Amino acid sequence: MSKASETEYWRWAEHQWKNPDIPDWQGSLVTAGVDIGSTSTQAVIMADGKLYAYSSIRTGADSPNSAIDAINTAMEGTGLSLPDIDYTVGTGYGRVNVPFADKTVTEITCHARGANFIYGSGVRTLLDMGGQDCKAIHCDETGKVTSFMMNDKCAAGTGRGMEVIANLLSVPIGEIGEISLRVEEEPEPVSSICVIFAKTEVTRLMRAGWPLEKVLASYCRAMAIRVVRLLERNGIEKDFAITGGIAKNAGIVRRIENMLGIEALKTESDPQIAGALGGALVAKDLIEKKGSQNFQKDRRRVNG
Amino acid sequence: MLTVGIDSGNQNTKAVLLMDGKIIGRAKVLTGFNPDEAAVKAYELVLSEAGVNSRELAAVAATGAGRNMVEFAENKVNETSSAARGIRHVNSSINTVIDMGSEGCRAIRLRPDGKISNYEVNDKCASGGGTFIESMARVLQIPLAEMGAYSIRHTKEVPMNAQCVVFAESEVVSLIHQKETVENIVYGIHIGITNRIASLVRRVGIIENIALIGGPGHNIGLVQCLEAELKKNIIIPECPEHISAIGAALYAEEHVL
Repeated sequence: MSKASETEYWRWAEHQWKNPDIPDWQGSLVTAGVDIGSTSTQAVIMADGKLYAYSSIRTGADSPNSAIDAINTAMEGTGLSLPDIDYTVGTGYGRVNVPFADKTVTEITCHARGANFIYGSGVRTLLDMGGQDCKAIHCDETGKVTSFMMNDKCAAGTGRGMEVIANLLSVPIGEIGEISLRVEEEPEPVSSICVIFAKTEVTRLMRAGWPLEKVLASYCRAMAIRVVRLLERNGIEKDFAITGGIAKNAGIVRRIENMLGIEALKTESDPQIAGALGGALVAKDLIEKKGSQNFQKDRRRVNG
Repeated sequence: MLTVGIDSGNQNTKAVLLMDGKIIGRAKVLTGFNPDEAAVKAYELVLSEAGVNSRELAAVAATGAGRNMVEFAENKVNETSSAARGIRHVNSSINTVIDMGSEGCRAIRLRPDGKISNYEVNDKCASGGGTFIESMARVLQIPLAEMGAYSIRHTKEVPMNAQCVVFAESEVVSLIHQKETVENIVYGIHIGITNRIASLVRRVGIIENIALIGGPGHNIGLVQCLEAELKKNIIIPECPEHISAIGAALYAEEHVL
């Protein structure tokens, strides 16, 4: 394991957000979605169908604690406490470990639903780049999944792969994309698919005297190529959007856009919360479908 | 006749000095970032330890991933051929060779005359190479050389789900957090890699006798898992990591100008 004294270049910023337009919320229906990913955990709180607050933190060794941490962080400054939340959906890789969840739903369903809310009903192709997987999703105008393909076997094309490179080259992960775009001409992509081999290759390029931006451009390009292949296998249709942590990496996003010849939709909101947001939306749907008495039963069933 | 075979691997560069087919010297150095430099180092080391002057050499041949970067070796031979040749030289009864390097794994099936019948390689992904075990040893903070000993002391099988080295590192960390014993984790690591190697071997077809060559041949835990999975005895030559270099030295012998 890395020494505590070493700078953790892979470490991305944990954060919390509260909707400034809803200062003292007095609504009637509060739902939450908690997305426990392999690497990050998000909690989203929705009030009467509006995005109210969210948090994004690193997933700890203990998933239930990460879920509790995330929801507590999201509730900070909202005046809400756990019993005020009417219905919670757990999603993501660690979804069975959300102790206060009323129901669990797969992250593929939630991501599509969340992207539909964030980017609008025009989204047909969604790329979710997670910490340990990468998914190409097709959805309809309601945010319902029509097909998907994923890679969860290999770190190439995932956030975790990018973290490894950030640490190797001592570049803060949030700066990689921007630095990689400083090249005037695109270099050859790193030829290794495997992150372990790519590490060796990247080190070799640095030793051969390549400037940092060129090495990063080479790696980002290789990752983009890999992801585009996944998208192509699932089929690409406009509108196109990217969710997950890597949606914040302009070096990857720009290269994917160039290869596809399609621009990805942009958002003011955080693309990393799509899964949790989808969870909160699914929670709202479930309540509205069942009526307010019945969902209490679900809660007892999950927790009992 | 004196010849030298050099195996320029991704991690280590091995050199073997042969005198009329007899091994009279072996050397191993880290490859680092300059395969040619490492090859020169291994070459000089093997000669000086045997007290042989380079002028006495008839020929030099290089094999391994970095063979084309070894400039002073007049002969180049591919990894599959050198592995096949080397293993038959030290043990003429071998029909299947599992050659495990740091980055990849190769299963080779030999014909009765020692020629290659067919082979399969995994070199796209580190999950089947020695690097996998090495990375896990680093996470567990135990020396690589002790992985085998830990593995054979396991008390139960703890399945490892991750195949990718990067993901497996996280999985090992979470197993440590779950208070699983190091012995059981190490065993799970070996079971995981064994499954991947076994599927490669099955694709070429298993014929006894089977040999494991390359550095991981020293890992008794891995050998045990492989034997259990393939339900066959695995033969480990005396110097498993030098077999391909021996093969290259033999090739050099046959190609003296």
